[in-house]
Amino acid sequence: MREVAAEFRNPVMLYSIGKDSSVMLHLAMKAFYPASPPFPLLHIDTTWKFREMIRFRDDTARRVGMRLIVHTNPDGLARNVNPFEHGSSYYTNVMKTEALKQALTLHGFDAAFGGARRDEEASRAKERVFSFRSASHGWDPKNQRPELWHLYNTRIAPGESIRVFPLSNWTELDIWEYIRAEGIPIVPLYFAAERPVVERDGMLIMADDERLPLAPGQSPEMRLVRFRTLGCYPLTAAAESSAASLEEIVREIMEARRSERSGRLIDHDEQASMERKKREGYF
Amino acid sequence: MTALATAAGAPAADIAGRGLLRFLTCGSVDDGKSTLIGRLLYETQVVFDDHIDAVTRASRRHGTTGEDVDLALLVDGLEAEREQGITIDVAYRYFATARRKFIVADTPGHEQYTRNMATGASTADLAILLVDARKGVLIQTKRHAYIAKLLGIRHLVLAVNKIDLVGFDAGRFAEIEAEFRAFVAGWDFATAVAIPLSARFGDNLVAPSPRVPWYDGPTLLQHLETVEVDEDITAQPFRMAVQWVNRPNLDFRGLSGSVAGGRVRSGDPIVVTASGQATRVARIVTADGDIEEAEAGQAVTLTCAEEVDASRGDVLAPPDARPEFSDQFAAHLIWMHETPLFPGRPYLLKAGTRSVTATVSEIKHRVDVNSLSHLAAKELQLNEIGFCNLSLSAPIAFDPYSANRETGGFILIDRLTNATVGAGMIEFGLRRATNIHWQALDVDKAARARLKEQRPAILWFTGLSGAGKSTIANLVERKLLAEGRHTYLLDGDNVRHGLNRDLGFTETDRIENIRRVAETAKLFVDAGLLVLVSFISPFRAERQMARDLVEAGEFIEIFVDTTIDECRRRDPKGLYAKADRGQIKNFTGIDSPYEPPERPELRLDTVQQTPEASAEAIVRHLRDRGLLG
Repeated sequence: MREVAAEFRNPVMLYSIGKDSSVMLHLAMKAFYPASPPFPLLHIDTTWKFREMIRFRDDTARRVGMRLIVHTNPDGLARNVNPFEHGSSYYTNVMKTEALKQALTLHGFDAAFGGARRDEEASRAKERVFSFRSASHGWDPKNQRPELWHLYNTRIAPGESIRVFPLSNWTELDIWEYIRAEGIPIVPLYFAAERPVVERDGMLIMADDERLPLAPGQSPEMRLVRFRTLGCYPLTAAAESSAASLEEIVREIMEARRSERSGRLIDHDEQASMERKKREGYF
Repeated sequence: MTALATAAGAPAADIAGRGLLRFLTCGSVDDGKSTLIGRLLYETQVVFDDHIDAVTRASRRHGTTGEDVDLALLVDGLEAEREQGITIDVAYRYFATARRKFIVADTPGHEQYTRNMATGASTADLAILLVDARKGVLIQTKRHAYIAKLLGIRHLVLAVNKIDLVGFDAGRFAEIEAEFRAFVAGWDFATAVAIPLSARFGDNLVAPSPRVPWYDGPTLLQHLETVEVDEDITAQPFRMAVQWVNRPNLDFRGLSGSVAGGRVRSGDPIVVTASGQATRVARIVTADGDIEEAEAGQAVTLTCAEEVDASRGDVLAPPDARPEFSDQFAAHLIWMHETPLFPGRPYLLKAGTRSVTATVSEIKHRVDVNSLSHLAAKELQLNEIGFCNLSLSAPIAFDPYSANRETGGFILIDRLTNATVGAGMIEFGLRRATNIHWQALDVDKAARARLKEQRPAILWFTGLSGAGKSTIANLVERKLLAEGRHTYLLDGDNVRHGLNRDLGFTETDRIENIRRVAETAKLFVDAGLLVLVSFISPFRAERQMARDLVEAGEFIEIFVDTTIDECRRRDPKGLYAKADRGQIKNFTGIDSPYEPPERPELRLDTVQQTPEASAEAIVRHLRDRGLLG
C-alpha cells in the first residue's frame, strides 16, 4: 500500500463496505499510522445496496476520518436500470462496471485498491497484485506483467491505470480470523438474525425495501439468516444460519461445503463470466 | 503493521501458529500437474460443493477423464486454457491442514514459459517437479530443477506420477529416482526426495498407498507438512529499504518499509547505506503501540535518534554488516519479453524501492537450459537466461542473491512500453567499479566553453535514410562556423568508416553504434563544442540514452520528418532501390523499424521547407536557447 502511495500521483481505495474492504481499510490505517492513508475512499453505489450497508459506510468514513466519494452511474439512474427488469448481467455492467470506469476517469485516479482475493474464483487466481489496465480500463489476462519477489512494476503511461489487490493471498478464513483477532467492525448483516426473506430459484432474498417485486400472494417471512458476502440485496442470497458471533462464523466457514460466492447470482450467469467481466473493467 | 500481516503478503502465520509453506509445481502439459493440485485441494476439503458441481458440468464438456470428474478443471482458470487444455500463466491456490497453510504457485511446463516458472519460483520455498512414470526424467525436468536452483529454491520433490500406469513397479521408480539423484548431485539442494504417486487416483498424496508397499517414505502431503524450510532470513544482517517517509506533522518523521532481512531492535545502531550517515533506532512504531523488535517479513515504521537524511530508495543496515554498494555488478538475467535484450540499451532497473537506469554492458554467456552449457551470445531472447555484467546510472545497495532474495533480486523495465522485460539475480559486485574513480580535472567543461564564448550542446538529427539530415546538418555547421562558433559534425556514414567499422546493421550492432557515437558526442560537449550528430538512430531507447548522457538542456533532438515515400523518391544514394530489390537487409523503414520521436525539440518538414530554411530555423532555435553567447 505504501508502494502505491509513494509511486502514484492519485490513488484511491475502492470501498465496497464488505468484510474484505473492512480488512483492507484496517490494513491501510495501520500501514500509514500515525499518518492517515493519503488517498480517499470510493464507493460505487448501485442504489440497490442493503440499507444497513449504507449506514455502516457513512459511519466508517466518519470514524476513520477519510474522504469518501460516492458515485452512481447517472445514465443508469436516469433509465432506472434495475436487476429485475434488465437482468443481473446487464444491470451489473451498467451500475457497477460502467459506474466504476466513470468514477475512475472522472477523478483521474491512476491506481485503485480493491479487496479481491485470489481464492474467490478461478480467473482471479491468476490476477496480479498490481494489475495493469489499459486506458479503457480493460484487463488482458494473456499480457500481464510478471511479478517476482515483492518487486512491483508501477510504471504506467498517461491515461492507463493499475488495480492493486493487497489481499490477493488471503483466504476467506484468513479474513474472518483477522477480523476476530483485530476486532474490526463489520456490517451486522454478516451475523445471523431474524430477517424478512422470500425464496427465489432456491435462493433466499431479503426484502430490504419495498422495491422488491413479489409474486401474487407472496409475502416475506422471517427466517434466521446471515450473509456470507454482501452486494446488491436483490442479487445476494442469504444463508440460513444461527452464527451470531465471530467465533460461530469461523466455525461455520471451516465446515462450509459451499463457496462464498455461491450466493452471488451474477457469477452463475455463465461459466467464465467473471473473466469476461474483468476484461470489460469489473474488479 | 504488526506480526499478523505484511502489505500485499499473506497473513504470515495464523492465530493458531501454523506456519506457511509456499511451493510451486512444474511439469509438462501431460504430467498431470493440474490433477495433482486439484486432488490436493479436494482431499484437504477446500473444494466447495458448488465448485465440484461446476467442474462436473465442465468435465463433460472439456474433461479428459471420461465419466470421472476431471479434478484438473478445478485449477485451470481461464477460458483460453480450458479450450487449449493447457495452463497458460501462474495461478495461485490456497489450502491448509491442521499443521500448515500452503500457497501453491501453479506454473506451466512447456518450453516457452520459463518466465512464468521464474515468477512462481521467486517467492517459493519448495518445488515439486512432476514426471510421468512412463517417461521418467526428461530434459524439461532438468531445466525446471535448474531454474528452481537459480531462483534460490532449496527444497525439491520429484513427484513420480501415474505410477499406476507402470503397474506400481518398484524397479521403474528406483530407476527414475537414481537418474534424478544423479543430476541434482552437487547442486546443493537442502532436501531432494522422490515420491511415487498417482494424482488421478490419490495414491500417496495424502494417505500411504497400499498399492506401493515397497515404498516406505512419506506421502506428498506428509512431506509438505513436515519439511523444514526455515532457512532463517532473520539470521541474515538487518536490511530495510525505505518505502515511504511517514510525516504526519512537524513533530514526527518515520521511515516506513518492510524488513527484508534480519531483525532490528530499538536502540540498534544503523546506517543509511548510500551516505554512510549513522544513527540509532529510537522507536519501532505500529498502530498497536511501539514494539521492541521487528524481523524480516514485517512492515514497520522506524524513527531515528538523530535525524538522518534518508528517503525512499535508501537502504538501512547495521554499520558492521553493510550491503554492497556499487554501480556495476554481475547477475543472472532471465529475459521475459518478445523484444530481445540488447547490450547497451538502457532499461529501468528496480531493486527494493529504488529505480535507476541500467544497461547490460556485457553478456558473459548464455545458459542453454537443456544442456546447461555456456554459449556465447550477443543478445538474449524471450525465456533465455544469461550471465551478464550490468552498469547503472547510480550506485545501489544490494546483497548477493544467494544471501538474500529480497535485496539480491531486481527487475528490468522497458522505459517506453513500461513492460517488465527481465528479472535478475545478483551474483557479485564488480571490483572495477569500486576501484576506478573519476579523476578530478582542474579545467572543466564550463571553463572550456567560456573560452569559446558559447554553451556546448548536442544537436541530434534523426530521421529516415535520405530524409535530408546530413544536408541540413552540413548547412547548420557552415552557418555556425561563419559566426565563429566551435563545432564538430559526427556523420553516420563517416563514423562507420573508422570508429565503428567493426559494426554491422543488426539491431545489436545499431545500438552499439549509437552508444559509441553518443559517448563521443559527450566528450566533445565536455570539450565545449556544439556537436552535430547526423544518424538515422531509429530507436527511441537509444536516443533517450544519448539524452541522458549529458545535462538537461544540452541535448537538442531534431526530427527531420520526411515520409518514406518522399525519401524513396529522392533516394540520393540509390539505397531504397537496392533495399526494395532485397539486396540490403535491415534497412530502416523497409524491414527494420523507425520509431519517430515523441517530443523532439525541433521538427523539420522537409517537403514544405527548403534545407536552407530548415538550417536557419535551427540556428534561430540555438540563439533563442541562449547557446550562442
